[in-house]
Amino acid sequence: MSTQTNGSQGSGALVEVKGLKMHFPISKGVIFQRQVGAIKAVDGVTFSLYPGETLGLVGESGCGKSTTGRAILQLYRPTDGSVVFEGKELTEIKGEELRKMRRSMQMIFQDPYASLNPRMTVGSIVSEPLEVHGIGGSRKERQKRVQELLKTVGLNPYFVNRYPHEFSGGQRQRIGVARALAVNPSFIVCDEPISALDVSIQAQIINLLEDLQEELNLTYLFIAHDLSVVRHISDRIAVMYLGKIAELAERDELYANPMHPYTQALLSAVPIPDPVIENERKRIILEGDVPSPANPPQGCNFCTRCPRVMDVCREKEPEFKDHGNGHYVACWLYEEGHEG
Amino acid sequence: MAKLLEVKNLKTQFFTQDGVVHAVNGISYTVDAGETVAIVGESGSGKSVGVMSLIRLIPSPPGKIVDGEVWFDGQDLLKLNEDELRHIRGNRIAMIFQDPMTSLNPVLTIGRQITEALELHLNMNRDQARKRAVKLMEMVGIPGAEARLDDYPHQFSGGMRQRVMIAMGLSCDPQLLIADEPTTALDVTIQAQIVDLVNRLKEELGMAVIWITHDLGVVAGMAERVIVMYSGFIVEESLVDDLYANPRHPYTLGLLRSIPRLDIGRQKRLIPIDGLPPDLLEAPTSCPFAPRCDFAIEKCTQENPSLESVGPDHVAACWVDISGAKVNVASDADLTEAELRSREDAAVAVSSKQEGEGA
Repeated sequence: MSTQTNGSQGSGALVEVKGLKMHFPISKGVIFQRQVGAIKAVDGVTFSLYPGETLGLVGESGCGKSTTGRAILQLYRPTDGSVVFEGKELTEIKGEELRKMRRSMQMIFQDPYASLNPRMTVGSIVSEPLEVHGIGGSRKERQKRVQELLKTVGLNPYFVNRYPHEFSGGQRQRIGVARALAVNPSFIVCDEPISALDVSIQAQIINLLEDLQEELNLTYLFIAHDLSVVRHISDRIAVMYLGKIAELAERDELYANPMHPYTQALLSAVPIPDPVIENERKRIILEGDVPSPANPPQGCNFCTRCPRVMDVCREKEPEFKDHGNGHYVACWLYEEGHEG
Repeated sequence: MAKLLEVKNLKTQFFTQDGVVHAVNGISYTVDAGETVAIVGESGSGKSVGVMSLIRLIPSPPGKIVDGEVWFDGQDLLKLNEDELRHIRGNRIAMIFQDPMTSLNPVLTIGRQITEALELHLNMNRDQARKRAVKLMEMVGIPGAEARLDDYPHQFSGGMRQRVMIAMGLSCDPQLLIADEPTTALDVTIQAQIVDLVNRLKEELGMAVIWITHDLGVVAGMAERVIVMYSGFIVEESLVDDLYANPRHPYTLGLLRSIPRLDIGRQKRLIPIDGLPPDLLEAPTSCPFAPRCDFAIEKCTQENPSLESVGPDHVAACWVDISGAKVNVASDADLTEAELRSREDAAVAVSSKQEGEGA
């Protein structure tokens, strides 16, 4: 996005992702395994995150949004590309050095049932990151810190000795948030943190995340498939399709003026809880399914489903570029000489 | 229109080691022929158990339908024996389940799974059934139907699998289709395809649909009538337009307020429903929503309200008249006095409780 590489100082970016690629090998053979192809889960993604902002990353299942989040945190080692966090190139460091960096970047997971160890008490779940990073002082001080954290996320501090199964989904997600906050991170990847929760509980967690951001000046990468939730929480939004970013813009700009045909279809597919509006709306219904990331179509990766497809789309890949005011789109419709 | 289904005082309980789970606590409703009724509720509200009970698909033990009648076309389904019921299930009443992967048999081809019902219920031979299966798959929009008949479920994508489920459901021209969260596991663009498909098929075939969901957005676009369930009770039932414009149960209002909407300006802050859903192990004696309700008065904690008419074709179970409350809340100024008071009270109660427990 910008050419600044001076890290987190001043107006610079906190996280800079450039040409990030994450390919998973497909191998054949039992004894002599050979690679016959690759699942291109993330295939060249570029964006930056600025301190204190929330970048929403939306897309359908299988588009690579979660993989992007994990590759940024180096939970997967990217195939190619660069991730600069607080001025450090994460793809080049490993071992102890990388572990130290993890103090400042944490993750909240989608499934609050699977992401908490059922054999650990809430207290030990939340204090584990403190122990791992050797912070928080003595055992007693750590315990105090854990209680503070539980209070911060809206749980009773006297729950420390309970086990995850004693809590509801919403409360478990709060424990997950407390665990992520324990080491005072500056950047949190929220991977669909509310999609496993009931509707009436979702709003509680969103409000909590917003309050914490304000209080602790956190930067979020908020991954979700629900466009109305993403609009609520994000400052800027990136729409992903089949391993690539199709469009990236300021929140209000994206919703008022979606440029990419995929974004337009996605927005029109979101149901609105009002029968009067719903009956008058015209939906853009996309035909077919998302192609396999092992074998993406030639040219623009959306060309197989695009309602406004042109010849050029099937031949050459459109460039992801700024069309004014930080509104990035990768689509031939907006290239000179190609307007449909 | 003619009544197709009439459910009277249906009660389903699960007898578990921990005690009796009161899943469905006496619900009554009707479905007319050709009508779409949506049942909305969160997990644990009894919406799925309620409809599974209709065709006795409750695992028993531990589950048991303890009371009630289900009249379908002049017969009480709860009094039929297994054999008689089998002629109705999958034939005149069909069902689509939430997760198309786990509800299809992975070791049988799609073709075999569709033709099974046709051979059983419509006494078709293999050839006839196969031809009909191809037609059904074309009807639900599966490209290359003939060739795909011999594919296995894992060769289909999520949206395609759900189409197969719908094709199976429709195979015997049912009068009633029960769809249990059929789009929850799917992406929005695929969801739009499926909703569109069911709406179209409903019109072509004239069947009635019971659509179970937790998503009030989907309901707005397809249902004629909506039933809202909470904790095993029906708390509100209304024609779709009236429910969204003028919700009369605080839970419905809370649900509508807690979801961010794309069509109106961005709300500063979402208004969640505080607290947690109730424990179903306790037999309900008061309004189950009272502990989470902003409008609760003393009576709510003593007596459970029954459904009362609050307008034409609109019933709600609430002691308080909430008709003044707004659905779209931009700021605290849009809240009623009662709500503001209750929010303050709640804040005080929480802080004093935490101090109390700390001492």
